[in-house]
Amino acid sequence: MQLEEKLMSSFVAFESEVDTLAPVHDVREKALKSFEKLGFPTKKNEEWKYTPLNSLLKEDFHIFSKHDNTVEFKDVKQYFIHDIDTYKIVFVDGVYNSFLSETTHEGADICLLSAALAHSKYQKNITDYFHKIASKNDAFTSLNTAFAKEGAYIHIPEKKILEKPIQIIHFSTGNDTALMLQPRNLIIVGKQAEVQIIERHQSLSNQKVFTNSVTEIFADQRAQVDYYKIQNDQEEASLIDNTYIRQEKESNAKVHTFSFGGKLTRNNLNFYHNDEHIESTLKGITIIENKQLVDHHTLVHHASPNCESHQDYKGIYADTSTGVFNGKVIVEKEAQKTNAFQQNNNILIDDKATINSKPQLEIFADDVKCSHGCTIGQLDEDALFYLRTRGIPKKEAKALLTYAFANNVLESVQIPSVKSRINKIIATKLGVDLGFDV
Amino acid sequence: MLSIDNLHASVEDKSILNGISLDVKAGEVHAIMGPNGSGKSTLSAVIAGNENYEVSEGAILLNGEDIGELDAESRAHKGIFLSFQYPVEIPGVTVTNFIKTAINASRKAQGLDEMPAKEMLKKIREKATLLEIDSRFLSRSLNQGFSGGEKKRNEIFQMAMLEPKLAILDETDSGLDIDALRIVANGVNKLRNENNAIVVITHYQRLLDYIVPDFVHVLHEGKIVKSGTKELAMELEEKGYDWIKKGA
Repeated sequence: MQLEEKLMSSFVAFESEVDTLAPVHDVREKALKSFEKLGFPTKKNEEWKYTPLNSLLKEDFHIFSKHDNTVEFKDVKQYFIHDIDTYKIVFVDGVYNSFLSETTHEGADICLLSAALAHSKYQKNITDYFHKIASKNDAFTSLNTAFAKEGAYIHIPEKKILEKPIQIIHFSTGNDTALMLQPRNLIIVGKQAEVQIIERHQSLSNQKVFTNSVTEIFADQRAQVDYYKIQNDQEEASLIDNTYIRQEKESNAKVHTFSFGGKLTRNNLNFYHNDEHIESTLKGITIIENKQLVDHHTLVHHASPNCESHQDYKGIYADTSTGVFNGKVIVEKEAQKTNAFQQNNNILIDDKATINSKPQLEIFADDVKCSHGCTIGQLDEDALFYLRTRGIPKKEAKALLTYAFANNVLESVQIPSVKSRINKIIATKLGVDLGFDV
Repeated sequence: MLSIDNLHASVEDKSILNGISLDVKAGEVHAIMGPNGSGKSTLSAVIAGNENYEVSEGAILLNGEDIGELDAESRAHKGIFLSFQYPVEIPGVTVTNFIKTAINASRKAQGLDEMPAKEMLKKIREKATLLEIDSRFLSRSLNQGFSGGEKKRNEIFQMAMLEPKLAILDETDSGLDIDALRIVANGVNKLRNENNAIVVITHYQRLLDYIVPDFVHVLHEGKIVKSGTKELAMELEEKGYDWIKKGA
């Protein structure tokens, strides 16, 4: 396999750019060995059964960007949530862009992983948190870890309630044909601290781009994490997102994933509970068309009593697009009084669209409430007729019903600007003007 | 206004309407009564343009124009309104936003600009008052969690907003308590004028105490077996439908 070999041999070149004496480099080297052993997953791997990687991995991706790439704000403004004040950590072809960014060290550290790795004052956090919950047995996570050097570093100290959201945006210019990006984010949210984060990967051309991203999030006691992933990329952009969240006592973490575009998008979203009275929310809306594929692999690991998790994923698939939902919930023997809910509802707009939906519940405790539900259907004909008798044309009527179908995922979006942005993207996706501001 | 001639309709090869003829003039209220399964709801669905029904014979004319080939939205644009027995819930779309969307869709089809926001708001307030609807109701998601009465009131509110030429009220009285029935009927009566027409479809005579019809037709096995004035409705209430069934 070409890409695999290329990556292995690129590691030496990579080492010339980083501090090989830093403790983190041991972690990288171990991860590289792990990747070498694991190799890229094939269709035989149950976790990748419905998401074939062959065509993606046969591309001759550049591992490092050869160009010094810049972009003008006016050309990329549309990809920001720009009607509210936010912190911004922006990368162009994997390189930090200070011109587009707005970082801080006042009251909280909202900056770069490369800076955190380089400076001694962050050493403790790096030692305590870096690569502590990311999987050691996942090929893509290992690969990312081996090449980890840049991404967002966010540390919200105890009791700090961040007053404005943080946007993490990765642009790819397409100046390099076929570029592979491996951002690595580390997010530490202290006791009773609160943060809202919006993450986006955006290709600015039709060139092939493959992003393999890893994010580790630590939510300490009573911390509140509200995270939004906006995935509305170009037809030739693929993303494998690996997000790991560890929650402490009475913390609340929510991740909303909006998947509207890209060639192949795989979301591995993993929640680990480390104490009691934790709440986790995983929600998503997927609306895709053509040959696009979106795969949501979720894991909620209930390891302590009295915790809750809520999963709600809605999917709308047109043309020959493919959806995958694999929702795994583990309830350990100790995790009595767990409430774990999972819902996955899908609409297939066209006959050739596919959804593979698989709930996986592994429950070892006996006093728990766990439920899962999955539906696959078409838009309700009676509802469509109702709207049309009100004079609403078929196309708009379908869009309204689709919007209504996905709506309860939007209800829990806490940032109004994000909600209206998602509404706009949905309206554009459905090819209609929904005719009102929501 | 509405002229139906020898209408035959079926669903999945099952014949439901077997030659219905009906003339409704502007300013008139017609009641169509009949036992369950007689084809009442099918008739309303077919007039409104439900594509699940196959019209095999006959014609539906609206002001002389054959609308049989038009889709449901085009019929709505021409002034046909159907109040549903079971209105559909649409989460995330408020009553106000829904009615705006509907009105502007009709205006667009007629080559008009969107209704100015101020005018829309004024009209919404006016019609809401007519149906004793308070403003909080208008910002709720359409039909979601509505009681039976609220759903029907909302249907008539939409009718008031869209100002149809021909309104078909399908079982509008079902699921209504007497207060809700009174409000809904009052609303309908206030919307009556010499330029529009109303077809009331109902199983029971009760609604007709409030919305008094000019003509009553009895449907049985997909045919109008008897027509008369409002006294016919009372006779039906007294004798039940068996009398009609035997006579048919």
